[in-house]
Amino acid sequence: MSNSVDLRPASTGQRAAEGTLERPMAQAQPGAIVEPEGEIAITIENLSLWYGPKQALTNVSMKIPARKVTALIGPSGCGKSTLLRCINRMNDLIPTVRIQGSLYYHGVNLYGPDIDPVEVRRRIGMVFQKPNPFPKSIYDNVAFGARVNGFKGNLDQLVEQSLRRAALWEEVKDNLKKSGLALSGGQQQRLCIARAIANQPDVILMDEPCSALDPIATLKIEDLMRELVKDYTIIIVTHNMQQAARVSDYTAFMLTDEQVTGQLVEYGPTEELFTTPKDRRTEDYISGRFG
Amino acid sequence: MSAASETGTPFTLKATGHVARRQRLSRMSRWVLFSATMLAVFVLVYLMQDVVRLGWERLSWDFLTSYPSRRPLDAGLRSSLLGWLWLMGAVIVMAVPLAIGSALFIEEFAPRNWFTELVRLNISNLAGVPSIIYGILGLAVFVRGFDLWGITLFPSLGPTILAGALTLTLMILPMTIIASVEAIRQVPPSIRDGSLALGATQWQTVWHHILPGAIPGIMTGVILAIARAAGETAALIMIGAFAFIAFDNTSLMQSFTTVPIQIYNWTTLPQEGFRVNAAAGIIVLMTLVVGLNLIAVVIREKFRRSW
Repeated sequence: MSNSVDLRPASTGQRAAEGTLERPMAQAQPGAIVEPEGEIAITIENLSLWYGPKQALTNVSMKIPARKVTALIGPSGCGKSTLLRCINRMNDLIPTVRIQGSLYYHGVNLYGPDIDPVEVRRRIGMVFQKPNPFPKSIYDNVAFGARVNGFKGNLDQLVEQSLRRAALWEEVKDNLKKSGLALSGGQQQRLCIARAIANQPDVILMDEPCSALDPIATLKIEDLMRELVKDYTIIIVTHNMQQAARVSDYTAFMLTDEQVTGQLVEYGPTEELFTTPKDRRTEDYISGRFG
Repeated sequence: MSAASETGTPFTLKATGHVARRQRLSRMSRWVLFSATMLAVFVLVYLMQDVVRLGWERLSWDFLTSYPSRRPLDAGLRSSLLGWLWLMGAVIVMAVPLAIGSALFIEEFAPRNWFTELVRLNISNLAGVPSIIYGILGLAVFVRGFDLWGITLFPSLGPTILAGALTLTLMILPMTIIASVEAIRQVPPSIRDGSLALGATQWQTVWHHILPGAIPGIMTGVILAIARAAGETAALIMIGAFAFIAFDNTSLMQSFTTVPIQIYNWTTLPQEGFRVNAAAGIIVLMTLVVGLNLIAVVIREKFRRSW
């Protein structure tokens, strides 16, 4: 996992500087990007993405800290889900996608020539917007990842552990044979989180995990995120600015405007971004003037 | 509000004007659809009672276990029934896995380009080809063997069960593939995404999620295809299954005949007794097809689920 360090710091700074000169439109205002401190899990460098002829991301560069919650916010169509799906190569599944730039996971280029997306997705798990449990029992839902990955240990124990960590164990422990689809929406989403945890990933991506849930279920998931972030790097896409403010340590604001689609406008510690935004557009967005 | 407490409300909730017209149309559509269903049921019931009344008396264990004969009362279904069972068994074993495999490849693995689309379009067209054409193909390729520039691409099988099964397999493949492709498409993409995001390979995703999810729809296609193969006569006559068989089939490499062909045979004979035999044969054939389909329905219900 740690054949890391070498080219990251130098090349990031250099390319970012070049970018500023060449394409001022696609760049944030000076100072609007505050690099996080400490261990970095994922480094994104000048990432651009096209769906066929349509550009969805333009020159996104950011470093995502390990064992922190990083929130991606912005109005619909700003590219935040697209960016998220790049990180575990889920965009590979869309035939017309074209990607430029690089994405490093602990120093390893995720889009390098000998990188297997299956291996990437095992380490970088994902929870989707709409809870999508498999039409199987609760137990089989949680055990699926371990089974397909050839897990050799005690499966019962892994299932219990994962359900406990996802704060679902107490509600389902007597009914592990019940279909995952028989659970409520909030429970289903926690089941999907348990399923992701059971794979023992390093990073968990969450694509608007609460948008289909009621406020109480939402709070439970948010508490869970704060609990999980002690061990996992969490990246969450959310429409809900209060949620970003509540759960995240760092926040990135993305925007699509007339000139540039899917740009990173501002990125920094959540508190700073929400209290003293450096970019005019961030301020407009978080104060509800558009989006 | 005050008006409502008075003698009359200022509005009415009864269907009037535009709403009344739309409701009339809605009620009418119900009756039109009901009539369409009843028409189909009536024709079917009429034909069935006709057949049952004529053939019921002839049904007996002897009828099922006797070889064909020149005397109507001695003739039975034994050899055609055995030939039919062999044939259907071979067709199901060959056609179902091939169809599901092709459908999975087309839908899940093949690159999405014009060539895949062309293949898909051609399969749809093949589903509309008359069975006699498949019979001619079967005769030329499977029965007589297929040589090209002196190289044997397919050995001559003669008018055997295997040749018949291969012919019927080709005949029902297109419709089974199309039904399977549609069934696979009905599996929600969120299930596929969920599985892949957990580090499952494409094959694991297909095997654990796509296939179980698609089986109910696939089985519906299989039921229709089996029904078509079960009653097939023209293609089999073409490949030489219109034969007098007075032995029990024990292998795929024997000549054979089937129940539909035996029925057809009997209807061409002048004696009244053979007409009765044909009716009895139809009852047996219908029972067998219902039995086969019941198996498919049981499999379908076992895998049925809501997303």
